[in-house]
Amino acid sequence: MLKMKNISITFNEGTPDEKIALRDTDLELGKGEFVTVIGSNGAGKSTLMNVVSGNLIPDIGDVFINDKQVVHLPEYNRSAFIGRVFQDPMAGTAPSMTIEENLAMAYARNKKRKLKPGVTKQRKELFREFLATLNLGLEDRLNAKVGFLSGGERQALSLLMATFTEPNILLLDEHTAALDPSRAELITKLTGDVIRKFDLTTLMVTHNMQQALDLGNRLIMMDKGQIILDIDGEEKQKLTIEDLLKEFQRIRGTQFENDRAVLG
Amino acid sequence: MLLSLFNAVELGIIYAIMALGVYLSFRILDFPDLTVDGSFVTGAAVAAILIMNGVSPITASFLAALAGFLAGCVTGILHTKGKINALLAGILMMIALYSINLRIMGQPTLSLLNESTIFKQLESIWEATGIDAALNGMLTFFGADRLPPTWSVVIVMILVTLAIKLLTDYLLKTEVGLALRATGDNQVMIRSLSANTDFLIIVGIGFSNALVAFSGGLIAQHGGFADVNMGIGMIIIGLASVIIGEALFGVKTIAIATLAVVGGAIIYRIVVAMALRVEFLETGDMKMITALLVIIALVAPKLLQARKEKKRRLEKRARLNQEKVGEV
Repeated sequence: MLKMKNISITFNEGTPDEKIALRDTDLELGKGEFVTVIGSNGAGKSTLMNVVSGNLIPDIGDVFINDKQVVHLPEYNRSAFIGRVFQDPMAGTAPSMTIEENLAMAYARNKKRKLKPGVTKQRKELFREFLATLNLGLEDRLNAKVGFLSGGERQALSLLMATFTEPNILLLDEHTAALDPSRAELITKLTGDVIRKFDLTTLMVTHNMQQALDLGNRLIMMDKGQIILDIDGEEKQKLTIEDLLKEFQRIRGTQFENDRAVLG
Repeated sequence: MLLSLFNAVELGIIYAIMALGVYLSFRILDFPDLTVDGSFVTGAAVAAILIMNGVSPITASFLAALAGFLAGCVTGILHTKGKINALLAGILMMIALYSINLRIMGQPTLSLLNESTIFKQLESIWEATGIDAALNGMLTFFGADRLPPTWSVVIVMILVTLAIKLLTDYLLKTEVGLALRATGDNQVMIRSLSANTDFLIIVGIGFSNALVAFSGGLIAQHGGFADVNMGIGMIIIGLASVIIGEALFGVKTIAIATLAVVGGAIIYRIVVAMALRVEFLETGDMKMITALLVIIALVAPKLLQARKEKKRRLEKRARLNQEKVGEV
């Protein structure tokens, strides 16, 4: 479904601020695979995401989605195949537009936008059905402006908008990190549900090790622009935080340097 | 008095089309587009020169809109592809258009007094209907002594402007229109939903300036001349209309907001007409009156809101104190 080959990207090359964000990284995701990505700050997690989404073009390397080379496809073209939820709950929705209008925009993601009404009766029914699965009562507030929703509600809506058109790839970029614990738990649960429901191929970046262990069927750990650990199947199910920290120390010979990740 | 009011409404309803264009760029796309000062004249210049060369006034008006569309697209391209700051892109285009407008007209002013215009044609058809006689009869009955020469402009322009308003409302609710609105609201989001924001901005600013130029073409035909300086301060007039309308009528939905803009444009003209009747004010003071109007429309609602809030808090406090006294 998603194949990344020999991806390398360097920021500010040739200046004192030079930073190698990804070096010769390979990653392949099969259909329905749900991969959680962990790593300390600056490990290259976000860069990896941005290379998939088309936000960043790698210096070298290829990205294939469904065996189609997309590395030079601009973001707005590529996002027809990719659903995305951002860390900032405000980033994934348009605040001055209504819930149904936001959903209508997401509905048009993998279609050609035309000069036909975006919100139709039929679509409203569909939106209501999908909103009901969130159990937040949003299905009765189709005409409410999204700006009036709480952060948790907005993130739940973003999640729905990213997934209900069943994208080839779902990208989750620390999408629970900016929420309070109970809301984060809700979104985490909804994420698991929706990915199972649509059998979505997913790449999820998280700072929360427990979340990385609870969700998904494969886990990769990144450090200094490389994937240093890749565990799936039964082994992943049995994994604990201590195992991860030990693994990191074994591979890198240093302590995992992120308090936030340990505490999370 | 009544006649100047009538004239104000007549002008206001034509300028309302320009204000709708400004609403599209300023509010929908969140793009402070100063091209307007130039593209308004472009519309007037194109319409005037075409009419003088024997093109039918209706065709000329639509070609004026097309010229505005192209000018807007260039501003959009400068901003999106050239990565020039929105304000600067508009100013650059405005300056460039000044020269282009002079070239189009060949001289600083063109007179249409001896030409056939859309409104003259309208009047000649209109006279046969007898509506004027009936309406003026009513006015005389209510004691008006100076009667408007024709009702055709006001009535037909209300229909035309409303049609443009409804078309805009419809467009903004289509799939493309939703993406356009989101471009002004949250670009990161709509790009992640596979919308080409650059293209939307270019076309959106183009459409905005098409309306502005269309309005300019009509104003030239209404006033009987096109002048290279007639666009100075147009953006502020458009903005005044948008802000006054929003302050008075609200922005709950797109349909209400666009209606508010049309209403704002008319009210702006009425206020200016009234202000010019004040003895110590001169025609040259109009720009300052406009600036003051915008400032009042921007500041007054906030002051009122703050006062209301303060009153509410004080009352709440007073109630609480009273209850406490009661307990003792």
